Order: sequence, then structure tokens, then C-alpha cells
Amino acid sequence: MRDSLFGLVLGRLASSLITLLLVSLVIFAITSLLPGDTAQQVLGQFATPEQVEALRAQLGLDQPPLLRYWQWLSGFATGDLGRSASNGVDVIQLVNDRLPNSLLLAGITTVISVPLALIMGIAAAMRRGGALDRALNLITLSMVAVPEFLVATLAVLIFAVQLGWLPALSYVSTVDSLGAFMKVYAMPVLTLCSVLIAQMARMTRAALIDQLDSAYVEMARLKGVPPMRRVLRHALPNAVGPIANAVALSLSYLLGGVIIVETIFNYPGIASLMVDAVSNRDLALVQACAMIFCGAYLLLVMLADLCAILSNPRLRNR
Amino acid sequence: MNNTKAIPSAKGNTHQHAMAGSRLPITSPKQRNRSRLQLTRWIGLGLFSFWLLVAMFGPLFAPYPMGAFVSDQIYGGASAAHLLGTDYMGRDMLSRILTGARYTVGLALVAALLSTLVGAGFGMLTVLLPHWLEESIRRIFDTLISIPSKMMALVMVSAFGTSIPLLILAAVLSYAPGSFRIAHSLAKNLATLEYVQVARTRGEGRLYIAAVEIFPNMIQPVLTDMGMRFVFIVLLLSGMSFLGLGVQPPVADLGSLVRENIGGLSQGALAVIAPALAIGSLTVGANLLIDSLSNSRDNQKE
Repeated sequence: MRDSLFGLVLGRLASSLITLLLVSLVIFAITSLLPGDTAQQVLGQFATPEQVEALRAQLGLDQPPLLRYWQWLSGFATGDLGRSASNGVDVIQLVNDRLPNSLLLAGITTVISVPLALIMGIAAAMRRGGALDRALNLITLSMVAVPEFLVATLAVLIFAVQLGWLPALSYVSTVDSLGAFMKVYAMPVLTLCSVLIAQMARMTRAALIDQLDSAYVEMARLKGVPPMRRVLRHALPNAVGPIANAVALSLSYLLGGVIIVETIFNYPGIASLMVDAVSNRDLALVQACAMIFCGAYLLLVMLADLCAILSNPRLRNR
Repeated sequence: MNNTKAIPSAKGNTHQHAMAGSRLPITSPKQRNRSRLQLTRWIGLGLFSFWLLVAMFGPLFAPYPMGAFVSDQIYGGASAAHLLGTDYMGRDMLSRILTGARYTVGLALVAALLSTLVGAGFGMLTVLLPHWLEESIRRIFDTLISIPSKMMALVMVSAFGTSIPLLILAAVLSYAPGSFRIAHSLAKNLATLEYVQVARTRGEGRLYIAAVEIFPNMIQPVLTDMGMRFVFIVLLLSGMSFLGLGVQPPVADLGSLVRENIGGLSQGALAVIAPALAIGSLTVGANLLIDSLSNSRDNQKE
């Protein structure tokens, strides 16, 4: 049993790694289809062809693409991700400065949204078809389709402009007290949470209802087990895997949401770093950020799969 | 991103089955469900068709040309001359939204249609191809689905610069794989059914089987899926415009309207709220409509 489970998990890890490798190939291919562009970008429009050619040679752009891909890929192992074309700083340095901020933002959002979403999802599943369920259904169904910048602008309008509790769209770099901390994070976290909670609650509800519809819960109901006990003791333990799967999948939404949120609130994270890099067409930086985001996305999807595998006795004992 | 948002909508209807099956119908839940479904459907249909009409005929009703500087006041509030106020350069917001909606809706419709054509087309045809070809095509789509849609768009814009065809291409590359997955699994199930086997034994060609036997039986779920792709693509493209990396001036979609007026947010300008609400009502309306449509189809099947 151990062996097969171990093999299953190992197989899933290997397939994620292969996908990541293919993703890196796609990203590299897109960003390197125009050779010389980086050199042209650095030197500006008025550079002579000789200058461009010299810089291309210096940057290694005249080498065959596959070799460049290999050098780029191995750079990730050694931490040499190249230099930012716009200010000459090492990409790894820029990423190191910004990544912790983004992780902190994502961490706070996760800690707040997961319990709320679980409570909402479980409550809706228990009161299926009732007023609470219908209200939550309408709200969450609407929220998953709302763009982040609408939530953000409304939040600013209410909390900063009307009520004056929070500063509008300004990042306070000195976080020395709990109050200052709250002021910085309140609105970005609120914006990220609103869409994330809606999505997670819907998936939690669906996962739990899947269990509630199964024969053993019907059996428990027929022999007179009260509703609360039916959900908490019978259905929920079996829904843990699917719910964990749903949570991990929903969290991958954060990767898209954080791009808008960091930009609108001027939050110095990796997503706003990437948006700036795209505007400046700073390809080395874009490649590195894109790989970090895609890696994080694949990691979450893989975690979701592993939750499903580990919680399913049939897969576990195969 | 690509596939996660699809799941709640697709799965959100499970309680309907249970209603019919496992609970004693004391006050006819089917009836109750129907009236509730009708309500969300009408809200969704109303909002969605409103924006569709605006996209088609909106510019005809615009009181001013889109780029005309018509007022001395920037970030003006609502008034009789400017129903939705004025923007950061004193242009009429109503006219700009009426014109901008055309880009938002039009681009997303084109991209959603292309995504479905590419995704569902391949999904259907690969079932009939040799196994090794089917697997390699599936691997390609699996790789593309592992790149979050915003990442794909950002990486492509950083390499090629932004333009409308490129934005559509980025959306198709991001959203065709999801469509492929759904169509592929639908077609795979259909291909095992007897009437398809019969057609195969009869000696029909691959294209005939795809077009006559398989396609008509999967058109409804594929269309529902296309509706959801439309919502995601509206969110993606207006997000890109909001970042300043989407549709470029002088043309403006609703996302660019939010971006260019973001400076007025601290004074609570209508110019930033109105286009943001416009996008929200479009996507929420479309989502409600699609959800109610897919729910009612499940009811019919029972």
C-alpha cells in the first residue's frame, strides 16, 4: 500500500515538473521569438546596427535558441536570472526584494478567506434550497464575475472617500504599529478576499453536497440521525479531500487577482514588479516573474490533486 | 484562473437533483425552484441583452463624439448636459462608455467564439484521430492551460507590444484549452455510444461522424461553456486595459476608461465608478444568465 501511494504521489510530482518544463519552453519561446529586440530596447532607436550587433553578442543573443534556453533554464538553478534591461540591477535582487511582500499579502488573504468561505459553504450546503442558500448563491454567483478593480474602486470610495478611515491608493512604507499595518493591508486584502471567498464557498458547497447526496447520508437520515450530526460526523469527514481540493484550486485565483490589486493600491509586490517590467518590455524580468507565477500556479493545482489522492481510500489503497 | 471559475458554475446546480429525488416535496419545490430560476434568468438576460444592444447601437445614441472635449470641468458630476459626468480631460463620460462598450463586448465575443471553435473543434476531432496524435495534442493544450490567462497575456504583450489582434490571440491561447478539455471529454463519451459505432461500422468517414453524429449532441454544453469563456475574457481584457497594457488610446474599452480616470477616485469621481460598474453589470449579468440556463437544462434531463 505504501509503495503504490508513494508511487502515485511521485508520479504526480513528476508530471507537474514536466508541465513546468513545457511551460518554461512556451514562455521562453514567446519572449525570444524576436531576437535582437532586447539589444534594440537597451540602446534605443538611434543605435547603429553595429552597436546593436555588438550588444547582442555581449548578451549572447547571437547564439542558437536552444542553447540560450538551456542557459536561461540553468540560471534558475544557480540563481542567475540575468539583469533587468531598464536599470541594470540583477533580476534575482529585484525579485528577492518584492516576493516576500506578495507572499505576505497572499498569506493574510488566505488566513482570512479560508475559514469564512468554509463556514459559508458548509452553511449553504446544510440549508440547501433555503433562504440563506439562495441568498448566498446569488451573491457568490455575482461576486465570481465581478472584476477586482470594481471591488477596489468601491472599497476606496466607501472607506477612504466617504468614511475617511483609510488612505486612498497610497502605500505607507512605514509599518510600525498594528494600526498602520491594518491601514496598509485592509483594502488590498478586502478586495482579494471578496472574489476568493465567493469562489471557495461555491466549491465547498458543491463538494459537501456531493457527499450529502450519497447513499450513506440518505441511510443516516432514514435511521434518524439529526441534521447537524449528519453533516458534521457523516458527510464532512468524507468531504475533507474534495474541500481541500476546492480550497487549493480557488487559491490559484489569487495569482490573477493580485496583479490588479497590487497595481491599483501601489503595493510593492512581485505582481506590480511584473506589470512594470511588461510596460518597460524588460524581458529578463518578465520571464523570471512569469516563471514564478506559473510555478506557484502549478504548485497549487498539484496540491489540490494530492489532497484528492490522499483523501480517497480507493486511490490510497490501490 | 482558466478552469477554477468554471467549476462552481458547473457544479452549483447539484441541489436541483436532490430536490427532486431525496426530499419529500411538501410545497412542490420544483415549482419554487422554477420561479426563482426565472428571476435570476430575467435579471441576467436583461443585463446581458442591454449591453449587447449598447455594443451594437450605443454609439448612435452618444450625445457627443467620443473624443470631443466638451466641458471645462474635469471629473464633473452628473448633470443634464452630461448624464454620467465628464472625464479627466472634460470629455462626456456617457458617450465614451457607449462607444467603449462596443470594444469590450465585441472583442470578448470574437475571442470567445474563436476559443470555442479552436478548443471544441480540436476536442471533437482528436477523438477520431490516432491515439498518439490525440495524446500529443492533449499535451499541448494541457501545457497551455497551466499558464494563467493574465500571465499569458502579460508575457505576450511584453514580447510583441499590445495590439487588438494580439490580445485576441492571447485570450484564445488561454481559453481554448479549457474548451478543448470539456469538448474532448464530451466527444469521448459520445464516441463510445452505439450509434457512433454503427456509423463507424457502416464505413462513414471521420469528418462525417464528427459533423453528423457527435457535434449535434454536444452543442448545448459547448455553447454554455462558450458563455463562461465570454465572461472570463471580458474580465481578462478589461483587466489588461486597466493595467494600461490592453486597448490603447485613442480607442478605449471600458477597462481603459477606468484606468484613465483612476486619478479621480480620491474625489469619488463618477468617471471612474461608471465604467467599472458597467463592466461589473455586464459580467454579472452574463454569469447569472448562463448559470440559470445550465440549471434549467439539467432539470429537463431528469
